[in-house]
Amino acid sequence: MIKPRIGVFGLTGCGGCQLEILNLEDDLIDFVNAVDIVHFTEAITEHSDNYEVALIEGSVSTNHDVERLEHIAKVAKIIVAIGACSSTGGLNCLKNLYGVEKAKELVYGDKKDWIDAIETKPIDEYVKVDYYARGCPPTRSEIVDIVKSLIVGKTPEIPNYPVCIECKKLNNTCLYDLGIACMGPVTRAGCNARCPSSISGCEGCRGPIDEPNINAQIDLLKKYGLTVEDIMEGFNLYNACKKITDKSK
Amino acid sequence: MAQDLNINVSPISRVEGHGDLVIDMKNRKIQKMIMGIPESPRFFEAMLVGRDWRQPSHITSRICGICSVAHTFASIKATEDAMGIKINDQILRLRKLINHHECVQSNALHVYFLAAPDFLGVGSVIPLLKTHPEVVQIAVNMKKIANEIVRIIGGRAVHPIRTVVGGFTKLPTEQEIYHMIDMLKSLYPDLQKSLEVFKTLKMPDFERETEYICISNEKEYALYDGKIKSSDGWTIECRDYLEKINEKVVRHSTGKHCWASRDSYLVGALSRMNNNYDKLTDNAKQYAEELGIKIPCYNTFMNNFAQFVEIVHCVDDSIKILEELLENGLDESNAMVEYKAKEGRGVGAVEAPRGLLIHDYTYDNNGRIKKANLIIPTNMNYANIEKDMESFLPHIIDKNEEEIKFDMEMLIRAYDPCISCSTHYLKVSLINK
Repeated sequence: MIKPRIGVFGLTGCGGCQLEILNLEDDLIDFVNAVDIVHFTEAITEHSDNYEVALIEGSVSTNHDVERLEHIAKVAKIIVAIGACSSTGGLNCLKNLYGVEKAKELVYGDKKDWIDAIETKPIDEYVKVDYYARGCPPTRSEIVDIVKSLIVGKTPEIPNYPVCIECKKLNNTCLYDLGIACMGPVTRAGCNARCPSSISGCEGCRGPIDEPNINAQIDLLKKYGLTVEDIMEGFNLYNACKKITDKSK
Repeated sequence: MAQDLNINVSPISRVEGHGDLVIDMKNRKIQKMIMGIPESPRFFEAMLVGRDWRQPSHITSRICGICSVAHTFASIKATEDAMGIKINDQILRLRKLINHHECVQSNALHVYFLAAPDFLGVGSVIPLLKTHPEVVQIAVNMKKIANEIVRIIGGRAVHPIRTVVGGFTKLPTEQEIYHMIDMLKSLYPDLQKSLEVFKTLKMPDFERETEYICISNEKEYALYDGKIKSSDGWTIECRDYLEKINEKVVRHSTGKHCWASRDSYLVGALSRMNNNYDKLTDNAKQYAEELGIKIPCYNTFMNNFAQFVEIVHCVDDSIKILEELLENGLDESNAMVEYKAKEGRGVGAVEAPRGLLIHDYTYDNNGRIKKANLIIPTNMNYANIEKDMESFLPHIIDKNEEEIKFDMEMLIRAYDPCISCSTHYLKVSLINK
């Protein structure tokens, strides 16, 4: 695909993934020259309904999101989910735990019926997703790598090993040895162990690897006097829509 | 001159999130003029209930990618207020630095990438690359340095990691402090060049006096800490915000509308400049003068220039703070203060790039949130945006519909609205009946 026409779209989310595209800094100018950005409401006024690749940020959280996503999927040949919200539903799923109706009432009171809100889901519950740039937010290089791969016609490489591997490479002290719970052992790498490197436990924003070694994680937790429940509360920050155990079954 | 107008712009571009502009005028009488916010509601106030005290700052930073640092600090400050946690000067200085550079990054994004194309006669930053490559290059470099400073201190440029209740999980190194000073000093020639370009831009001649609200303190140009101050002559403690600030749900917006002493008020760089101008660095004041900012300033369009002046202030002030850190020496053993989670209510207020931001939490005795209330800058501006639109329309009514649309979008854009924050989204509709 030489000079693909790209649309950047935001469903329900914080705009942070789109911002990371604008934050490409030195690569930004090369990036906009290498592709044709034809739709990117957050950044440009021009917009077109003719694009081959759709980069989609945000989860599906309203009926309006469903309509927009289905329209985008009709136009685009390739769909790339950008960020945790579109890949796993992300943090927006926390409202599902609370209950949509109850959440509407709590925030909007007796005006709750004016509000369009449905149970939050990741975009692949509605349309076929070709590639994922995971994380909250994804790393800028990952977004660039996916787009570069599309231009040269190869399949982007997405890591399918846990964050622990990256910590090892960086020679980080294991956070468990510092008494800090961490989801690194079951979470998909690709972030260069950003949080553990800042002495902050991984919260699993990139979602689980395809076949997480749950037993090893449980043994590890036991060894440090923790339980799965202790850690699930943290892990469901970004993964309340897709349970970690689902894929191991 | 137009008798009837039917404008419907959806979505308004080059703002963060999704908003619509609707103007419906018949026989020169306005039937309807609103900024509709159909942005998806996020329900953060509900998400927070039951969460333990370590999580709210990570959760609420996700309200907005552009001002994730401001949300992080409003959140942490609310928790620290509730639990009586007092931080030390080292932590305070580092927090101010990240907060300053979110302001630089966000203001630069708005001034150069989103607003400047209007005044330089192009549709967006992409054609701007061809017509004014030097301006784009300056902005890219400025954002890069600001983001890099947030990354060095916070661990990540968007949604910082190291900033937690009680302090930092890890400190920057002395070498990184020197590096940050060097990067900041390198920005001065670019600021000067930008000034020369911005001086040639003409802001529309439009004034409407309103109430200006922001935080304020005696010591400095308040961005991280202060009491809430209004140009209508009152100042209150942050925790008493409910005495003055009111919120209501309106039909056409998932973002609530706010009012204080009158039916609307303005928050953001223009309010900060109107209330705290004398606390700017001398250098920043000089930039303000050259750009024609006279205090008090009632022209909303000047918010664009006020944001640029704040970039200058933040660069000046950051170099001073970094030098203080070097003087005192970094002390890893004081990266965190000790504390115990406990019950209580706490309020945290900071200036996000777009204005006053308040988080209000009530914790139970297990350190879990019982109740949360978040007051977001863009929400506070919605009512004022609509008032501005009403008084701006007669100034441009002789123009054609396309021009009216363009000018109205430009007015809304001057607020740098962040609709993700307020719920999330901006569209413009002229309705032609």
